Amino acid sequence: MDLHQLWTIVSTPDNVPIVLLLFVVPFYTWYGLRQAFANDRLIEQLEASPEMAKTHHRKTQPWRPEWTREVHVWPYLLRIEFLAAIIVTVILMVWSITLNAPLEEPANPTLTMNPSKAPWYFLGLQEMLVYFDPWMAGVVMPSLIIVGLMVIPYIDTNPLGNGYYTYKQRKFSIWTFIFGFIVLWVTMIVIGTLIRGPGWMWFWPGTTWDHNRLIFEVNRDLPDIVGIHTRIPKIIFGAVIVGGYCVAAAMFVHKLITWTPFNRKIYARMSVLQYTVMQVFLVIMLALPVKILLRQLFRIKYIWVTPWFNI
Amino acid sequence: MPETNGSNGAPPAGGPGNGNGNGSGNGGGNKLAAIMAGAKATKTRAVGELTETIKAPEKTDLWKSVLRVKHDETPRSRALGVLSNVFLHLHPAKINRDAVAYNYTWGMGGMTFYVYITLVFTGTLLMFYYHPSKVVAFRDILYLESDVPFGKLLRNMHRWGAHLMVIMVELHMFRVFLTGSYKKPREFNWVVGVLLLVLTLLLSFTGYLLPDDQLGFWAVTVGTNMARATPLLGHDGPFGPQLGMTPFNDVRFGLLGGSIVDSNALLRAYIWHCVAIPIIVSAFMVVHFWRVRKDGGISGPAPIVLQSEIKDVKKV
Repeated sequence: MDLHQLWTIVSTPDNVPIVLLLFVVPFYTWYGLRQAFANDRLIEQLEASPEMAKTHHRKTQPWRPEWTREVHVWPYLLRIEFLAAIIVTVILMVWSITLNAPLEEPANPTLTMNPSKAPWYFLGLQEMLVYFDPWMAGVVMPSLIIVGLMVIPYIDTNPLGNGYYTYKQRKFSIWTFIFGFIVLWVTMIVIGTLIRGPGWMWFWPGTTWDHNRLIFEVNRDLPDIVGIHTRIPKIIFGAVIVGGYCVAAAMFVHKLITWTPFNRKIYARMSVLQYTVMQVFLVIMLALPVKILLRQLFRIKYIWVTPWFNI
Repeated sequence: MPETNGSNGAPPAGGPGNGNGNGSGNGGGNKLAAIMAGAKATKTRAVGELTETIKAPEKTDLWKSVLRVKHDETPRSRALGVLSNVFLHLHPAKINRDAVAYNYTWGMGGMTFYVYITLVFTGTLLMFYYHPSKVVAFRDILYLESDVPFGKLLRNMHRWGAHLMVIMVELHMFRVFLTGSYKKPREFNWVVGVLLLVLTLLLSFTGYLLPDDQLGFWAVTVGTNMARATPLLGHDGPFGPQLGMTPFNDVRFGLLGGSIVDSNALLRAYIWHCVAIPIIVSAFMVVHFWRVRKDGGISGPAPIVLQSEIKDVKKV
């Protein structure tokens, strides 16, 4: 266990935000879900007793009938905002006094750094480069992530949970988002920061970064494994496999959204367009972990090999 | 001028000698006494005016011209204090009692905006010391860190503020998702928010290149190499060469202002980072804040709706 290496990685000023993320993201996830579970307990009570559902004021926050529903922004909101501004400024100043922004040697086009890492917020994309070609990992997938995020409100037909935390009433949405955001995006940033070392090789935390380490990794294309070596059959084979994956993934997604009676109710509210859009994005999103597994477990590089692109 | 020495204007009594001495003395004395009396009166008046001002400054014209609203403890004053203030009138006069709680909003949206303001402020100060030229950019950063008073602190605040802003933006997105605050009627504001997320990442990325060190140079090289692999528009991407894309006319060329990461790339990054993207991001922020108000303010916490209370949608 090379603690010195571990400390070097963790205390590099540019990596410190990621170490912070390791605490901050789980904290806020817990913080939000705690509210969600509290609301879910109330929901269970209200569903069990129609009488209560008729008279209860429907929130978990403290409430008295004589309290006004609204309070003046000045002072109640403004003082909190003022306090927040002060706290953020203090944190930023302490951070800036203790840690120095990195400055490497002057730019030298003839000398590549190893590892040459993108800024931490793009490390997720750089990690995807291991499994997909640049046009896919760098252009298509980021664009789909952006458009996919934008599309969320328009394909979400579940009217519950509008303005309050809940887990019970929005399980599918919450799991999907946490999968995309925390499991894929944040985890890949953490991997890119703390685990990827020279040559983008995998170094478990605590192992020394060895620039001369040789990994004997033979990655083969799926058509070659199966015995197809000529161009046109490769194209057809790839298309069939990718098509087959799309169908299987779509069926899996369909199973999930029709799993429970409640899910089926929400599904019934979807239009054909909403359903199709949702399927397209979820199937492509699932392609990433599938490709990662194929590479890590079976050493498979490309599935679909064509003269113009490889997937 | 009223005589304050008690004389009623009668000529001074006394003989020539007396009169002479008295006359000149008295005549001079009268004038002097009058001036003294006038000064004393003025002083009393001045003291009176000052005490009044100190006791109640809000009654002065100067005060009333700057702060048009009375700042007393009435609800009317509280409301007007927010509504009639150009910086504060983003807020409503009153807000849902529960929306003030930290455990609902996490404060991430507001804090992101605050960090953005500090970044603009520190960034502008940094601009005084930075030339976007390959020849001196790196040296300027070295100057900032060693010669400029508080230059190190300034640069650090800008860099860490940028990282903090990206983290806060992502946490804000997470919170809005968990509270379902993208649902009707706030769908469009979520879209604007995603655009703001992309713009924040672009701001960060363009700023990364500016120190012209190995970190920035290679990060931009990797990033723009991805641009060269864009389908249809990049000279290395699927179907790009077929459409006539070469390293000298594809989308990467457009981004870099050349086929290599060189002085044009630095200048373009500088302009994107300091001028173009801040203008665009400000426009979108304006829309984003406007829509928050127009869509009904902070979304909650809203009353819980039960599954049995969902209204069925009429299918087309």
